[in-house]
Amino acid sequence: MSQHEASLPGKARLAGIAANGWKPLFLRWLTLPTAAVSALLIGAAIIAVMGANPLTGYHALLTGAFGGSYALTSTAVKAVPLLLVGIGICISFRANVLNIGGEGQIVMGGLAGAATALALPNLPKIVLIPLVLLAGCVGGGIWGAIPGIFKAYRNVNEVLSTIMLNLVAVQLMNYLLAGPMIDKSESFAVVGRIPQTRLLSPNSWLPIIVPGTQLHLGVVIAVLVAVAVYVLLRRTGVGFRIRSVGLSTDASRYAGMAVKRTTAMALTLSGAMCGMAGAMLVFGSISHRMVTDGTLSGFTGSDGYYGIVVALFGGLNPLWTILSAFLFGGLLVGGVSMGIALNVPYSSDLVTTIVGLVVCFVVALDAVRRRANLQSGPASLRQLLTRNWRAPADSGPRAAPVPAIQPAIEAAVPLPPPPVPELTPADPGEALP
Amino acid sequence: MKGKVTKARWLLLPAAAALAVAMVGCGSSAKPASSAGHQLKVALITPSATNDLAFSQAMYSAVESLKTKYNLQISVQDNMYVVADAANAIQQYAAEGYNLIIANGSQYGSTVQQLAPKYPKVSFAWGTAGSTFNMPNVYAYQAAANEGGYVQGYMAALMSKSKVIGVIGPIDVGDAQLYTDGFKAGVMAADQSATVHLSFTGSFSDVSLMASAAHSYVSEGADVLTGSSQSVVGAIGVAKSTSVAWFGTQWDQASLAPSDVVSSQVYNWVPVLDQILTGIKAGKLGGATYSIDLGNGGEKIVFNSGYPLPASVKSAGLSVLSKIESGTLTPPQ
Amino acid sequence: MNHFFTVAVLSATVASGIALGCPLLLAALGETVGQRSGVLNLGVDGIMLLSAFGAYFVALRTGNIALGVLVALGVGAVMGLITAFINVTVRAEQGISGIGIYIAALGLSGMLFERYVGTPLPITNTRGPFFAVDIPLLDRIPYVGTMFFKQNVLVYLAILLILALTFVLRHTTYGMKVQAAGENPAAADTVGLDVSRIRYSAVIFGCTMAGLAGAALLIVDGIFQENLTQGAGFIAVALVYFGGWRPAGVAIGALLYGLTGAVILTWKTLGIIPLSLSDLAATAPAVIVVLALLFLVGRYRQPTALSKPYLRGVS
Repeated sequence: MSQHEASLPGKARLAGIAANGWKPLFLRWLTLPTAAVSALLIGAAIIAVMGANPLTGYHALLTGAFGGSYALTSTAVKAVPLLLVGIGICISFRANVLNIGGEGQIVMGGLAGAATALALPNLPKIVLIPLVLLAGCVGGGIWGAIPGIFKAYRNVNEVLSTIMLNLVAVQLMNYLLAGPMIDKSESFAVVGRIPQTRLLSPNSWLPIIVPGTQLHLGVVIAVLVAVAVYVLLRRTGVGFRIRSVGLSTDASRYAGMAVKRTTAMALTLSGAMCGMAGAMLVFGSISHRMVTDGTLSGFTGSDGYYGIVVALFGGLNPLWTILSAFLFGGLLVGGVSMGIALNVPYSSDLVTTIVGLVVCFVVALDAVRRRANLQSGPASLRQLLTRNWRAPADSGPRAAPVPAIQPAIEAAVPLPPPPVPELTPADPGEALP
Repeated sequence: MKGKVTKARWLLLPAAAALAVAMVGCGSSAKPASSAGHQLKVALITPSATNDLAFSQAMYSAVESLKTKYNLQISVQDNMYVVADAANAIQQYAAEGYNLIIANGSQYGSTVQQLAPKYPKVSFAWGTAGSTFNMPNVYAYQAAANEGGYVQGYMAALMSKSKVIGVIGPIDVGDAQLYTDGFKAGVMAADQSATVHLSFTGSFSDVSLMASAAHSYVSEGADVLTGSSQSVVGAIGVAKSTSVAWFGTQWDQASLAPSDVVSSQVYNWVPVLDQILTGIKAGKLGGATYSIDLGNGGEKIVFNSGYPLPASVKSAGLSVLSKIESGTLTPPQ
Repeated sequence: MNHFFTVAVLSATVASGIALGCPLLLAALGETVGQRSGVLNLGVDGIMLLSAFGAYFVALRTGNIALGVLVALGVGAVMGLITAFINVTVRAEQGISGIGIYIAALGLSGMLFERYVGTPLPITNTRGPFFAVDIPLLDRIPYVGTMFFKQNVLVYLAILLILALTFVLRHTTYGMKVQAAGENPAAADTVGLDVSRIRYSAVIFGCTMAGLAGAALLIVDGIFQENLTQGAGFIAVALVYFGGWRPAGVAIGALLYGLTGAVILTWKTLGIIPLSLSDLAATAPAVIVVLALLFLVGRYRQPTALSKPYLRGVS
C-alpha cells in the first residue's frame, strides 16, 4: 500500500480496500505464493529433464518441510539462524546499509560462543546458555562494528568491507579450529586431526523443548528477539534514529542526530544478530561442537545470504520475517528430503537451483506487486501489467518517491502522509499525463 | 499480446494450486520400491561431488561396485559440505531404517557420535578416522595414506633432477596430513639432501589456489609435484603445461596428464566395505576400525604406462613397497 | 627470504598474480559499467560459474578453446538479458535478485557438470594464445619480460579494456548516457534518454564480461569443478567499490588483490610463512585491500541512483 494509505487508521484502510476492490488485496497476498509455485513448476521441468520424478521430489519437499511434527520442528530449527540474520538485515537495511557480511559475522559469533563454552564449561546452565548467546552477539557485533565504523567515519563502502571481512573470518575460523581451539582428546588424535572443538559442555547445549525432536530453546529465543527488535525499531529512540538515517542522512543530520554513530550502531547490531545466529548454530547443533570443513558455507549453510532474502521477503519487518524465515527454512529442509527422495547423485545441486529460482521469482513478482500498490490499485490486471512498462496513463494521486533499497517499509513504517496535491479548476499547471 | 498475457496469468494460479494439491496427495512416498530378496539399504553422505576425482569418487565407485554382490539399495547425497544439512540427512536415513549409513567425511564424526546411540539398529560407518567412539554400531575406516606417500616420495627423490620437490596439501588434517607427511618422509629417506617444500592452500575445493601453488613451486625449481584433495586438478594442469612430474593420490590421475603423471596411490575401499557389509549381515553393526593400506590391497600404487619412468627408480620404489607390505618398514605417521 | 628475491620466483609470482587477477578484473570492469548505470548485480559469481561450465563443456567436446570462450560470452550475454529484465524492466530489489541468480546459477552449473560431464578431464589445449602469448621482443626484457609479456591473451584484452572503458565512460556519448542513467535517471529521462535501454546495454555488457571472466578462470585452472569461482565474483563486486567506479581504480584493486595473494602463496611454498600461520596469512589480500581503501584511496561517491530501480514518476 502507499505511504498515504499505510498511515490511515485501521477502519479507513479497510474502507479503502473495499473501495478499490478485492483485486489489490488478492494481488498483495497471493502474488508471492504464485511466484513460489511458478518457480517450483520450472524446477519440476528441470527435474524431469534431468531424468528424475518431479512428483516424488515435491512430495518429499512438502512432507520433509511441513509433513508431521518431526518435519515441522526441523524446519523451525533451520529457521532460527535465518530469522536472526534476517532481523539483523532488517536493522541494517533500515539504516540504508547493505550488510553482506552475514556469513563472517555468523562465524565470529560461533567462535566467540564456542570459546566461551570451552573456557567456562562448569557454569550452571542458567548462566552459561545466556552467556554463550551473549558472547555470540559480541563476536558478531565486533565483526559488524568494524565495517560500521569504517563506513561511518572513513566512508569505506560497506559492500567492500563486509565481503572482505567474510574472507578474513573463514581463515580465522580455520586457524582457530585447527589450532588453539582444537579437540586434543585421545580419540581424535589417532589419525590426523579434525578441525573441530572438543565436545562442548552439556551446560551450554540449548535445551530441547519438545522431547524426541530437535526443537530447542533457540526457537523461542529467536522469536522473542524478533519481537524485541520490532519494538526497538518502532518505539525506541535508537530505532527511530536508525530508520531516520536510512531515509535521509541529511534530514537526520539537520535534526541533530548523530548520523555516523547511528550508522555504525546499525551495522554493529546487525552483526550482533548474525553472531547470535552463529552461536545458535553451534549450541543447537546435533554434534554439539563447532567443526569446519574449511569453507564459510560449510558452517553457516549460506545463512548469511539466505537471511538477506528472508528479511526482504518479510518486508524488512522483524515480525513478518518470522514467517518468511519459517517458510524459507521449510524450503531448505524440504530440499534435503527432496534430494534423498530423488535419489540422483547431483540432487543437492538441483535443490540449490530450485531455491535460487524461487528467490528470483519471488523477488520479481514482489516488485510487480509493489509497483501496483504504489499506484493505488489498478482497475484491472491488464492495467497493472501495462503500467509497469511505460508511463502510467491514468494514475491517481502520485505517491511520494520511495527509496528503493527499502521496498516495503511504506507498509510497515508509516510516515506522516505527504501533502496530496490539490487539484483546483483554476490550476492548469497540474496536468494529468 | 497483452490480453494473452493477462489470460495466461489468471490461469496460472489455479493450475499451480491444483498441481500442488495433486503432488501432495498423489505423489509417491520417498522410498523407492525394493526388489525381491533381502536388500541392504545403504546411504552415502559425502562432502564433495561424486565426480571429484578424489575422496568422494573413490568411495562412491566402491559402493556402486558392490551393488549386485550384496543386493544393495543405494542412496547418495553428495556435496553435503554443510555439516548441519548432512546431520539432517543422516538422521532422516536412520529414521527410515537404512542398514548402513556411510558418513564419508571427518567433519561428520561429531554428528555420528551423537546420533549413533539413538539408532542402535542402524550401522554407521565413519571415515577417514580411527575412532568408533566405543559404540557398538559405529565402524570407522581410514586410509594409511602415508604408506603410498612414502613410496612415491621415495621415487620422487630418486627421479628428480633438480632435487626440489613440491607438496601441496589442502588442509593439514586427516588423510591429507598423512599423505603429505608420508611423502616428505619418503623423500628424506631416499635423499637427505633433497629439498621438499610443503604448504597448504587452506581449502579442499579451491582449484585456483592449487594451480598457483604449483606455479610457485615450479618457479622455485621443483620438477616433481604432488598433492591431495579434489582441488589438485588445478595443480595437475600446471604440471602438464610446465612438463613437471606429478604423483597422485586417492584416485588414478593419469588421465588428467597422460605424459606427466608418474603414478597414483589409488584408494580401493571395496575390501573395507566388504568386511563392513559382511559384518552387518552377520549382525555385527560396528565396533571395528578398518584401514586400507598397501598390504591389504586397499591402496595400490598404479603406475602410468605413459610416463617414461627409469627402471631403476621403479624397482627401488617397488622394493620399498614390498618392505612396507611385508611390514618390515613402517613409514612414520 | 633470499629465495624469494630471485628472478625466477619474483617473476613467476608477479605473473601468477596477474593471471589470477585477470578473471577478477574482467568481471569487475563489467560490473563497473553496470553499476555506473545504476544497477547493482550481485549475481556475478553465478554468471561466471555458468559461463565457465559452458566454456568447459564445449572445449571438452570440441577441443576448441576459442569456441569455448565464445560460448562463455554467449552464456554471459543471455544471463545479462535475464538480469537486466529482472532488475530494469521488472524493477526488482537488486540486492536479492542478484543473490537469487547466484544461487540458481551455482546449483545449475554444478548439476549440469555432474550430470553431463561425469568424470572430468582437463581441457587439452595447453598451448596457443589462450595460454601464453609471447609478445615478441618485449618478452625478452630481463625480469620484466616474463612477468608481463607472457600472459594469456585475455590478460592483454583486460588491459585494453581498462583503457577503452575509461575512454568510453569519459569521452563518448554512450558513456555520458550511462553516467546519466546512474546519477540522475529522472533528469536523463526528461532529456529524452531511454533509461531502460541504457541500463539494459550496460548490464548485458557487464554480464558478458562476467562470462569472459568465467572463461578466463577456466583457462587458468584448466578444468571445471563444482563452485570453481569460490566467491571470486563477490570479490569482483567489492573491487568496484574499491576502485571508485573507475576502470583504472578497479584495475589497481584487482592487481593489488591478485599480487598480494600470489606473494602470500609463494611465501607459503618457500616456507617463509610457517605452516601454523598458513590460514592467518591467507587473510592478507582482504586485509590489505581494506587498509588500502582506508588510508590511501580518495573518496569517490557512488552513482547516486545505484540499486534504485527507475520508474518514471516515482523514483
